[in-house]
Amino acid sequence: MTVFVAVQTDDFCQASEYDELRRNAGCGAIVTFCGLVRDLQSTTLSGMTLEHYPGMTEKALKDIAYIAKSRWKLGAVHIIHRVGTLKPNEQIVLVGVASAHRAEAFSACEFIMDYLKNRAPFWKKEHTAQGAYWVEAKVSDQQALARWE
Amino acid sequence: MIKVLFFAALRERLHCDQYTAHCATPATVESLLLHLQQHNEQWQQALSGTELLCAINQTMVSHSAEVVAGDEVAFFPPVTGG
Repeated sequence: MTVFVAVQTDDFCQASEYDELRRNAGCGAIVTFCGLVRDLQSTTLSGMTLEHYPGMTEKALKDIAYIAKSRWKLGAVHIIHRVGTLKPNEQIVLVGVASAHRAEAFSACEFIMDYLKNRAPFWKKEHTAQGAYWVEAKVSDQQALARWE
Repeated sequence: MIKVLFFAALRERLHCDQYTAHCATPATVESLLLHLQQHNEQWQQALSGTELLCAINQTMVSHSAEVVAGDEVAFFPPVTGG
């Protein structure tokens, strides 16, 4: 299985990752997920800063990809996560999974996101007109992970 | 000697991102936390939260895990990436 993991300040291109995932022989299904900075008109969010633990972050993302591989038959996993300052509507994260059939690709993609949200050392700080606030971890994210255990 | 790292909201509360702890080893995450809490009142408060996560040498561990000299130990709040 091919595993590609990147933690970067630069933006990414979903189409390029999709093309790369398509090169995997025997793959009949590709699922990609992209997470964005929500652009809610009702809030005064001007952007967010993503902090991470350099070194551990890359290791955690690779570990998550291999845990997914141990549960489903996968051809390739790509995980890209951005850090630094991002504006509303900008891309934060991409998960791409290629497998022989769609069921594995759908499940693995969701599993990887649920794991990433609870285990990868990233922290979001939102910038609003009222000040900057660290985002609190959500119980719903912990519950999403628990359903895989 | 133990290299201790702090991240995100915890780093801001402590006004510190990296600290060298000189406590007896082998220790546990729990006993290292007690050692760090003695630094000052602000550290005592910020480091007594039950929600704090810990990683030793970049792998997430529980608070009962063993810490040996030369380890890199990181403390941080629950993660919020993705």
